[in-house]
Amino acid sequence: MAEVKNILLVGVGGQGTILVGKILSSGLMRAGYDVKMSEVHGMAQRGGSVSNQVRYGTKVYSPIIDKGQADILVAFETMEALRWLDYLNPNGKAVVNDYRIPSAPILMGKNDYPEGILSIIQGKVDTTVIKAGEIAKKLGNSRTMNIVLFGALVKGMNLTDINWEQVITSIVKAGTEDINVEAFRAGLK
Amino acid sequence: MKMLLTGNEAVARGAYEAGVTYAAAYPGTPSTEIMETVAEYKGDILAEWAPNEKVALECVIGASLAGARVLATMKMVGVNVASDPLFCAAYAGVNGGLVLVSADDPGLHSSQNEQDNRYYAKFAKVAMVEPSDSQESKDMVLAAIEISEKYDIPVLFRMTTRVCHGKSLVETGERQQVGQRPYVKNLQKYDLVPAVSRKLRAGLEEKLKRLEEFSNTTDLNFIDWNDKGIGIISSGVAYQYAREVFGTTASYLKLGFTNPLPMDKIRAFAKEVGMLYVVEELEPFIEEQLNAVGIACIGKAKIPNMGELTPDIVAKALLDQIRPTIEYDSTNIPTRPPTLCAGCPHRGFFYELSKRKNIMVTGDIGCYGLGGSDPLNAKDTSYDMGSSISMGYGAQRAFERNNENMRTISTIGDSTFFHTGINSLIHVVYNRGNTITCILDNRITGMTGHQENPGSGFTLQGMPTKIIDIEEVVKAIGIEHIRKVNPLNLKEVEEAFDWALEIDGPSVIITRWPCILKKQNDADHKEFGDYRGTCMVAEENCIGCKMCIKTGCPALRFNKESKKVKIDASQCAGCKVCLQVCPVKAIRKVGE
Ligand SMILES: Cc1ncc(C[n+]2csc(CCOP(=O)(O)OP(=O)(O)O)c2C)c(N)n1
Repeated sequence: MAEVKNILLVGVGGQGTILVGKILSSGLMRAGYDVKMSEVHGMAQRGGSVSNQVRYGTKVYSPIIDKGQADILVAFETMEALRWLDYLNPNGKAVVNDYRIPSAPILMGKNDYPEGILSIIQGKVDTTVIKAGEIAKKLGNSRTMNIVLFGALVKGMNLTDINWEQVITSIVKAGTEDINVEAFRAGLK
Repeated sequence: MKMLLTGNEAVARGAYEAGVTYAAAYPGTPSTEIMETVAEYKGDILAEWAPNEKVALECVIGASLAGARVLATMKMVGVNVASDPLFCAAYAGVNGGLVLVSADDPGLHSSQNEQDNRYYAKFAKVAMVEPSDSQESKDMVLAAIEISEKYDIPVLFRMTTRVCHGKSLVETGERQQVGQRPYVKNLQKYDLVPAVSRKLRAGLEEKLKRLEEFSNTTDLNFIDWNDKGIGIISSGVAYQYAREVFGTTASYLKLGFTNPLPMDKIRAFAKEVGMLYVVEELEPFIEEQLNAVGIACIGKAKIPNMGELTPDIVAKALLDQIRPTIEYDSTNIPTRPPTLCAGCPHRGFFYELSKRKNIMVTGDIGCYGLGGSDPLNAKDTSYDMGSSISMGYGAQRAFERNNENMRTISTIGDSTFFHTGINSLIHVVYNRGNTITCILDNRITGMTGHQENPGSGFTLQGMPTKIIDIEEVVKAIGIEHIRKVNPLNLKEVEEAFDWALEIDGPSVIITRWPCILKKQNDADHKEFGDYRGTCMVAEENCIGCKMCIKTGCPALRFNKESKKVKIDASQCAGCKVCLQVCPVKAIRKVGE
């Protein structure tokens, strides 16, 4: 059986992981793969930790990714990378956004935002750290941070032979096509 | 055409293709998007939100009797609410095909329990199908409608979170053009008085026998022969997990039609294979029935009956395989629990409530349940929808009996009030209760993602409709002490609590302010104006007392070095709760 690939997107509710999952799965589908995707809605929308799992190959059964199984972990928020690190295959890749969103216990002063996360992860796996927030801001729209990360994901998974710009253009909100394509290119660099 | 659909979207598509013309639901994760998607087939299907699941099911039963093909959808606890009509519908049968979707939530992603609703099929004696991916979710709606009409029985369509919210490829088809069946008055079928029901009950047993024959022959239950050393019986998403783990090293009996079970097929399969495993998520629904007829199998002895299953859980349980993972210390990662949003109207209300002493706060289900989390902590209980008012009532009675200096305050959302809170408030008035009921009207059903409700002014398919006025309802029930407040105005809320706690008799406080995430309509604009904006802290005035932090607003940041608070402008909605709490007036709203 041809190998199934596993992509795990994690972040905080409201960061746009769902849109990236949608672009990713549409592109993979158009490229002829069997695709399954799993996301959890509900309470997570209220600023909780969220995950979006995409699996593709010639034939995919399970829609979910187990611990140790992800070929790539794309963390839209730094602390979430650490929370989900055990889902990454020890030989996989981590793409970590250097972008902090303190959670409620941190805001209330009960915990500190953990320091040294990037070096912990870098010490364990092949890691790409990206300042997607800053890149998106420079492009003129901080909300395209998710698409910058998507670019980094495409690069990390070597999925460059799919025409992503076309997929992005067909999915994002009308009027934001160009900036999103730009964000994608910036992430791909 | 091939489309990438969630299971929920696929069910909606299935309903469209099956010629369903009427559908009703009450929202609830993970089922909500089914009816939201059905609603998009305007013109072909009339789709509605009901105030609760019982009403939804009764509406579709009525439409079925009148000859329409129908669909009702709900989360699994919703079936508890709808169970009364469900048991009746099993006896009476249908006219137009009737499918009831139960979306179960193994792992409790967003539910108060983890019940396995497959037992409802057996309990109520209805047919059941269980899809395992999106394609099956669509196809099985068509199959279920057909079964329902052919065998004159409702079909329970049992899904789980991963099937509902998992996306996979679906080959779509055309809508079946079926005329509505004629209505035939038939008291011997639809008038469930004891004399009739006795006969119907016997008839139902006959139907189930015929359905078992169907179960043994239908392709919904199929065998995939591979190596016969191991045989696996499975259904739903658990089947996908079993396939993932065993591939072609085992043979499968995949069950799509699971009540009644195909016992002959199972027996024949069991005879052919060496070791027989039953792989099911949650309870041993299939396994118990195999045990009862003496078919030896291994299931829950190895596979847990709690929590979500994953392929790795199956692999570890049955093959003792463990996948290597990255070792690291994850014990000190701060949690990220859901919180009330910045600008949430519930915040001001719960901030004031949290200051009260000698009260028991019976909460309910909805975003406002988060008023019970840190740092507000204004909640003692949360059970089922509507329970806040009735549980508060019962507790108040017990406190009184014991002469305890305690008052109960019930907190309930607008949608939850319409759901079943109304009944409980009737109980309070009728029985001369003495509780304080707070109805938190944020003009929408928030928690499940902004569904219209009887108080919001629109139907599911966007028709403007009468707004059922909560205050008028409460008055009509007989509550004499009613106050309406703006929950973001702390003084108003404080005074309302003072007022209510002085009253000997039942009172109601209605808070009214729109959910910050709600897309405001014209009526909202007119009533609430353009109040959004941002607040900011004049750092030179901030004394670092952290009073504002105690409101739990995620837009506030306390800087440990400078000992000052900053407001994250990208999150702040300008609700001004922090501004009112600040003892030195260091916070102001930009532009005011
Ligand atoms: C019987 C039942 N049906 C549905 C649900 C799912 N559910 C949980 S909260 C909620 C809506 C709450 O809305 P509302 O009362 O308006 O409060 P809000 O979230 O807007 O604050 C729903 C539908 C449930 N838990 N139980």
